[in-house]
Amino acid sequence: MKVRFLSAGDRALVVEFGDRVDRALSERVLRLDAIIRSNPFAGIVETVPTFRSLAVYFDPLLTSRAELQRAIGPLLGRRDHRRGAASLWQVPVCYEGEFAPDLAEVARLTGLTPDEVVALHSGTRFHVYMLGFLPGFPYMGDLPAQLALPRRADPRLRVPAGSISIATSLTAIYPCESPGGWHLIGATPIRMFDPERTEPALFAPGDAVRFHAIDMAAFVSIRQAVENRSYKVESEPVAI
Amino acid sequence: MTPGLSGLKVLAPGLHTTVQDLGRIGYQNVGVPVSGALDGFGLRLANALVGNLQGAAALEILVSGPSFEIAAGKVRVALVGAGASLAIRGERPRTVSEGQSTTLLQGEVVQVVVGRQSACCYLAVEGGIAVPRVLGSASTYVRAGLGGLNGRALQRDAVVPLAIGCASERGELRAPVMPPAPVDRPIRIVLGPQHKYFRKEALTTLLDAEFRVSKDTDRMGMRLDGPLLHHSTGWDIVSDAIATGSIQVPGSGQPILLLADHQTTGGYPKIATVISADLPRLGRCRPADRLRFVAVDPEAAEELCRQAEREFASRIAVLEPVPDSSGLNLGLLYGENLISGVTTGFE
Repeated sequence: MKVRFLSAGDRALVVEFGDRVDRALSERVLRLDAIIRSNPFAGIVETVPTFRSLAVYFDPLLTSRAELQRAIGPLLGRRDHRRGAASLWQVPVCYEGEFAPDLAEVARLTGLTPDEVVALHSGTRFHVYMLGFLPGFPYMGDLPAQLALPRRADPRLRVPAGSISIATSLTAIYPCESPGGWHLIGATPIRMFDPERTEPALFAPGDAVRFHAIDMAAFVSIRQAVENRSYKVESEPVAI
Repeated sequence: MTPGLSGLKVLAPGLHTTVQDLGRIGYQNVGVPVSGALDGFGLRLANALVGNLQGAAALEILVSGPSFEIAAGKVRVALVGAGASLAIRGERPRTVSEGQSTTLLQGEVVQVVVGRQSACCYLAVEGGIAVPRVLGSASTYVRAGLGGLNGRALQRDAVVPLAIGCASERGELRAPVMPPAPVDRPIRIVLGPQHKYFRKEALTTLLDAEFRVSKDTDRMGMRLDGPLLHHSTGWDIVSDAIATGSIQVPGSGQPILLLADHQTTGGYPKIATVISADLPRLGRCRPADRLRFVAVDPEAAEELCRQAEREFASRIAVLEPVPDSSGLNLGLLYGENLISGVTTGFE
C-alpha cells in the first residue's frame, strides 16, 4: 500500500502506511517516528505512532501541512535509520482464580484447556504496537492464532487495574481501573503508569514483552514491593 | 484552613469546575490525553486581565458556577465567558461582569454566575493557582486522576491554593466588548481522515443537516443528535490517532465530537475534524444547542487558525483600565470612604 498523507484538521498530519495490524507496517511507523524524534522540525508539537500510521501534530502558527509533507516525504524511503532503543520486559502474571475471571470461558471458546491458554500466552514474545485508550495502556501482539477471539459481547463496567486481557490478535494490560470489553485471563502486580516517573509509561511503542506465570503468594509479595517502590521489572535492551 | 495558606474556599463546587491550562503536551504517544481548556482563548484572556502569563492555570467552570469564600488577604480575579458574572457578597455586595478584573477581600463570598451564551467560563487569579504540574501541566484529567486539585473536579470544602496571598496595587483592566458572534454560523470542518469509509449520502448529510448537542456531553466529547451517518465499508477500523475536534462515528451512526479529554487513539472512522479556530465555540455549547457544519480545505483551516490568533492578539493589545465610574475600582472606593469620613467629621 502506498503511503498516504491525510489531514486530521489543521493541527495534525496523518502519515498512513496501511490498514492492518502487521509487524512490518509497525516497523515502518516506528522508524519514521524515530527519525522525526531524533531530528524534530520547527513547528512539530508531538508524534503518535499507531498500528498503521504516524500522527504528526503541528502548530499552524509555525509550520503548515504542505511544509511538513515536503519535509517528511523524503524520509519515507530511508532504510538506513534504525528506530530508537527498545527493551524486552519480563512481566509477572497470576493466571489464577479471581485474577482470571474469563480464563475458563476463553478455554471453552478456543477448545483448549486453561493450562494450554496460559502456556500459549506466556510462551509468546509480544511486540508493543502502540499505547492508547488509557495512559500507559499497551496494545501488544500477535497472539497465537488459537487464542484469537472477538471482544466480549457484554463489556464490563469495571476492569481492575493490572488485568491482562486478550481480544482479536492482541493482548493488553489495564493500567488503571476502567470499563473494558476484552477477556481477562490474568493480572500483574506491576505498575504500568506512574506520573512521578521520568518516563511515566513502563512500555514504549516498539518494546518487546514476555509474560511469566506466578502464583498468588508471589503476586501479593510483588505487589507489596511495588507499593514500597522496591520492585524493578526485569528488562534488557533488545537489538532491532 | 491552614494559617498562612492563601486560597479560595469552595462553598459549592458547581457542576464541573476543574483546574486547566493549555494542556499536557508530549505524552499522547503513551496514551495521555492533552486535556486543557475547552476554550483556550477564554483562559488566555482571563489570565491576561489579571497580569498572568496567558497559559497559567485557571479554573474552568462548566454550565453551573461554583461559589468561594476568599481565604486570602486580597485576591485579584477575572472571569471570562459570554454573559457570565461574579455576584459578590460581604460588606459591599456588588456584581462584576465578565471580561474585567476585580479585587476581592478576605471573607467575601463570590458566586460565579454562568451566562446563557456560553456554557464554559474561566476564572483566573493573579499569580495563578498553586497546584503541582503533572507531566508538565496543571490541567486536570479526571479519568486517570491526573493534575489539578488531586486529579479531581473541585469538591465542597476544598481550598484552591493560590500562589500569592495579596494582589498587587494597580488598577483593574477590562477587555473591550466584542460584538456577539452570529450564533448560526456553521462550524468549519476539514473532511477526513476517514471520510472514504462513509457513503456519499453521509457526507451530504453531515454538510446539509442540522445536529443538536445531546445530553451525553462532557470534556471528553459530545454526542450529536440528528440524522445518522452511515458507513460504506464497516465501522471497526484498525485504531489510529484521534485529534481534538475529530467527528468519529461508531456503528450506531450517531456522531461523537471529541473534545479536550478525548482518548489519544480509537478504532472508529472519523468522518471530519473541526478546525482549531472553531474548537472554543464547541466548548461553549450546551445540550440542545444546534450545530451546522461547513467544509473547508486544510490550507484554509490553517489560515483561519492564524487569523484567529491575530484577532486574539489585537484584542489583548487593547485591554483598558476599568473607568472609575463603574464603582468597582478599589482606589475609588477607598477615596469615597475617606471623603465620607471627613464630611461626617464636619457635622
